[in-house]
Amino acid sequence: MTPMLTADEMLVRALVDQGIEHIFWHPGGANFPYHRALSNCEEIALVLVRHALGACHMADGYARATGCPGVVMLTSGSGATNSITGIANAYMDSVPIIVICGRDSTGHSVSTQLDETDMIGISRPVVKHSYVLPSAMDIPRIVREAVFVATSGRPGPVVIDVPRSAYESKDKYEYVMPETVSLRGYRPAESGHAGQIKKALDALLQSARPLIYAGGGVIQGKASSELLTFAERLNLPVATSLMGLGAIPGSNRLCLGMLGLHGSCIANNAIAHTDLVLALGTRFDERAINDPETFCPQARVIHVDIDPSSISKTITADLPIVGPVKEVLSILNQLACDKQELQSKRNDRYVSWWEQIEGWWHKLSGDEHDNRTESNSEHIHPQDVVQVLYEETQGEVFITTDVGQHQIFFAQGYKFSSSRRWVTPGGLGTMGFGLPAALGVQFAVPQGTVVCITGESSFLVNLQELSTCAQYDLPIKVFCFNNGTLGMVNQWNQIHGWENGLLGYPESMPDFVQLVEAFGHRALRASTRDELKQAVSLAFSQECKNQTVFVDVRVDPNVRLLPRQESGFSTSDSSSVGH
Amino acid sequence: MKQLLAILFENEVGALARVLGLFAQRNVNIESLSVAPTEDTTMSRLTLLTVSDAQTIEQITKHLNRLVGVVKVVNLVHVEHVERELMLVKVCAEGEERQEIKRTCDIFRGQIVDVTTNTYTVQLVGPTAKLLGFLETIGRAHILEVVRSGTCGITRGARALSVGSKGA
Ligand SMILES: Cc1ncc(C[n+]2csc(CCOP(=O)(O)OP(=O)(O)O)c2C)c(N)n1
Ligand SMILES: [Mg+2]
Repeated sequence: MTPMLTADEMLVRALVDQGIEHIFWHPGGANFPYHRALSNCEEIALVLVRHALGACHMADGYARATGCPGVVMLTSGSGATNSITGIANAYMDSVPIIVICGRDSTGHSVSTQLDETDMIGISRPVVKHSYVLPSAMDIPRIVREAVFVATSGRPGPVVIDVPRSAYESKDKYEYVMPETVSLRGYRPAESGHAGQIKKALDALLQSARPLIYAGGGVIQGKASSELLTFAERLNLPVATSLMGLGAIPGSNRLCLGMLGLHGSCIANNAIAHTDLVLALGTRFDERAINDPETFCPQARVIHVDIDPSSISKTITADLPIVGPVKEVLSILNQLACDKQELQSKRNDRYVSWWEQIEGWWHKLSGDEHDNRTESNSEHIHPQDVVQVLYEETQGEVFITTDVGQHQIFFAQGYKFSSSRRWVTPGGLGTMGFGLPAALGVQFAVPQGTVVCITGESSFLVNLQELSTCAQYDLPIKVFCFNNGTLGMVNQWNQIHGWENGLLGYPESMPDFVQLVEAFGHRALRASTRDELKQAVSLAFSQECKNQTVFVDVRVDPNVRLLPRQESGFSTSDSSSVGH
Repeated sequence: MKQLLAILFENEVGALARVLGLFAQRNVNIESLSVAPTEDTTMSRLTLLTVSDAQTIEQITKHLNRLVGVVKVVNLVHVEHVERELMLVKVCAEGEERQEIKRTCDIFRGQIVDVTTNTYTVQLVGPTAKLLGFLETIGRAHILEVVRSGTCGITRGARALSVGSKGA
């Protein structure tokens, strides 16, 4: 017999049926009634946050770590509008979150109530799709569609606006969850074109200097193991985008590191010299390619992406393949298997190309990123922190970051053992993301170790969530690269000879240890390398296993981020080496 | 370059706003648009005229296809097609000029749909160029008001735009 439920019960039931286990929630008049239905629900844990933006970033971190949708429930008006940055952030990085907002008016009419806002209109440019609930009866279908749309194809955020009238009514409705989703306007590609895929393999076999360029789509598309199998079978070097870090283990010999403005010289040299790029799930962001005219000048480009609008947007694809990266790589692996010459893993393919690549390694004598020699040895260098953390954790932890020098130093220096462990706001560059995202990841992986890498300025953007962290006893570890400056901005200012607009900033910084202690957490300060090592080993010790630990790491304020390919860098020739 | 997009999309709240937002976001002006439900009233059809380079329109087309509510998009300039637009023009028609204006209207196969002692309201249907030709012939001084429906376009021959695979 179909159950008869009220609208709020329907919503909760539909979310349970779609496998939702957490809801990040900021209450208000327009969503409070759901609280009743939710508190009676054992399957869903309701997480009360301090800020709607925090809720979105938590859902975002949750989704990135698991691939499951992160769900947010907010009230109307300012409760809803505070989420826009979080939604935009998820949109830019293709993260499946579902934001359910209350709305004060009934039906579709816009009332003049104080906190009425057109959430659907305001969020339109930054959502994958949005719904105004037509009637309570539609709740199961819309929740099902929302989950499907958010998580399939190129994932992204979905907003559902629920009018107050829907839940205020005590009317009961038949709860019927449709068996399938039928959206005639939405059919994400399920497989790539077989002929094109075959051509891609032939091209790779004919190429002398091929290169895989892996983006965040490999991670979102759960294609890491297919990628590794394929790269190893053909002995292909792999460069990644910022979002693609972890697509292949950072310590694998095939991994050349990150491409682009702050990328590794090896990866940039490789892209300059390659004759064939196999781009997987990437949108060729400006920071990765700089100038489309001079990007991989000698190469043909094969571009595999689930989203046709990413293909030939900035870099024209000679061989476009629209489809899920996982599927396409599986077929490539199969085709390769069928070829006699590719039957075993071989390290001797593309020999002279690898010699060239290894030549760059030698020229750069090991770690090209190490520019610690130029800094004052008294201070802790940001790279010291990355190194100490890597030695302690071996790439096995979940890392969330904020935006700035600390983020890039980390991206350059840390070697991720696997995918879904690197949670960074790449597309929108949203300061304030790191802390709430870390909470979201910890909710998703209660047994995992979650580390937030932040800068003192980014940390101040959403520090209210330290209180959420206390409420739910989340043992995250925060490492604040405190350089007393907006490092990234300062660096740009210096390069362009702009005046320093940050006078008075360092003097106005709070005592972070006291600040974090006020929230009831453990806080440490590290001003020397020895203190840093002690703080790191304490943070990950058994003693602190169940504690939130914050480490205020005093890093050298005068450090520049290197290598930094000068603006207008053409990735051509070895000119990018040695910056 | 002239671009004429035919777009089939869900006839529901907010769907048109999503479509149009894509043009504004890319700083592309819409010259004209005409929209109404099709024979299947759950679906609307929009014909949209704009001037933009091939690359921009290609990117917009891809983004239109990304919209969940958009079922099909075709750029009619790439296929043989017929275009029509409807225009109502209120012209000042007094004294001896009334005859002349009536004659011009006939030549353009216009219909006079409203008459007063000193005005005619002319209805004209045709390709946009023909409508503009009429306005030019009548002359600015005589035109009181112009309203145009925006271009409607349809492919020639048996090929039809319908629910099928997207973006064909
Ligand atoms: C919300 C937001 N506002 C502004 C910026 C521009 N911005 C980029 S990096 C940066 C400075 C970050 O400072 P901090 O967090 O201390 O990191 P650092 O570069 O010093 O390591 C700013 C203001 C941004 N990315 N996000
Ligand atoms: Mg700083």
